[in-house]
Amino acid sequence: MYNIPGQTAPAPVQGAAATDAIPAAATGSARTVTEVLAQSQVQAVLADLEQGLVGLAPVKQRVRDIAALLVIDRLRQNQGLAAQAPSLHMCFTGNPGTGKTTVALRMAQILHRLGYVRKGHLVAVTRDDLVGQYIGHTAPKTKEVLKKAMGGVLFIDEAYYLYRPENERDYGQEAIEILLQVMENQRDDLVVILAGYKDRMDTFFSSNPGMSSRIAHHLDFPDYSVPELLQIAEQMLVELHYRFEPGDGAALEDACAAFEDYLQLRMRQPHFANARSVRNALDRARLRQASRLFREADKAHSAEDLSTLSAADIRASRVFASAGSA
Amino acid sequence: MMTNPTGRITQGQFSFLPDLSDDEIRLQIEYGLRKGYAWSVEYTDDPHPRNTYWEMYGMPMFDLQDAAGVMTELAECRKTFPQHYIRLMAFDSTRGIESITMSFIVNRPAHEPGFGLARQEMHNRTLRYTVHSYATDKPEGQRY
Repeated sequence: MYNIPGQTAPAPVQGAAATDAIPAAATGSARTVTEVLAQSQVQAVLADLEQGLVGLAPVKQRVRDIAALLVIDRLRQNQGLAAQAPSLHMCFTGNPGTGKTTVALRMAQILHRLGYVRKGHLVAVTRDDLVGQYIGHTAPKTKEVLKKAMGGVLFIDEAYYLYRPENERDYGQEAIEILLQVMENQRDDLVVILAGYKDRMDTFFSSNPGMSSRIAHHLDFPDYSVPELLQIAEQMLVELHYRFEPGDGAALEDACAAFEDYLQLRMRQPHFANARSVRNALDRARLRQASRLFREADKAHSAEDLSTLSAADIRASRVFASAGSA
Repeated sequence: MMTNPTGRITQGQFSFLPDLSDDEIRLQIEYGLRKGYAWSVEYTDDPHPRNTYWEMYGMPMFDLQDAAGVMTELAECRKTFPQHYIRLMAFDSTRGIESITMSFIVNRPAHEPGFGLARQEMHNRTLRYTVHSYATDKPEGQRY
């Protein structure tokens, strides 16, 4: 080890530790789709996606397609066929509350199980986290976020805000350029998912053709229908250990039906944010339920009482008042 | 007697081993990240053993999940300072430790001239000794 100057140094032994440096994806020896699925446990995530999320049929189909492509790519690689890492950057478009972040989380899990990202964490950022306030602030800020996201998925919410054409000295362009460079050169370290409204993302892509060409998968999230929103509401209530009060067909109104009426009215109002609006509406109904029970100070409440949202709790919403007066 | 038998300075971890390859460096970084350490990159062209504080290359990197981020930073530092000493340091923020827990050199100049022994004549024929890096005879930036 101590080489005396003048002697030729022995070549340092390398490679021995290097081969097991990066844990190969657990799918190294698989020859069939079943084997890849079994070894990577990606099926569990897909099933979870299928059952855990209401509606979103086109999105689920696209995620399954992408997963299938990745599984086949893995098989090709095991046979020594695959030439290059596939481009996995994605764009999720859709209105607020349609599940973009949730699907991004699942996507990170799928990519991790199949070994396309090493850690599988999701870093969610917006313009503020990437773009600085003064000259020379943007590059370190963007790079820091990128470094945190490496080995996982970088989720940029409302990505179109990065590009502000009305201000030619805006630093957003700088962030976009750094992002593009990393998206191109470190494809195996990082997967970028952009998210935002459909029309504004389209404008964003038409003014940044470099970004558009580097994104392989565009997924459009449709709005939920009323039955789907009701199903989402039921799921949320089950998680919170609440339930809608069932009606008796006469004097007592079905709380679920009241909530359906609520949704019909709410959807016509501005700023309707799909599942997020449902969650907020349920939170407010819980508030009203709590104060209703609070007023009955001397009554002993059963577990049933404490977990039941009545139609009155929902009918008290401001949405009904404004619809009635209009 | 030879003062510099290996022709390399030995500071921090692994410095008696052959240079770590990039994959080996990545493994060390992963180990640190698993322990929750924050990595940082530092460089210098004055490798005196008592020169504790090297120049920082960028900020320490907190909240990283994967070694790729540190490796990117290291690649940039190597590009900027190919002939400097570069080391990686891991900071453990655990209450009561709050200190550097790992540190190793990942880049060295091609030729390391080593250190000379300097003698200072004191009163009553007393001698004081110190080490002196041959490289630092030249001004900063021209040493290696």
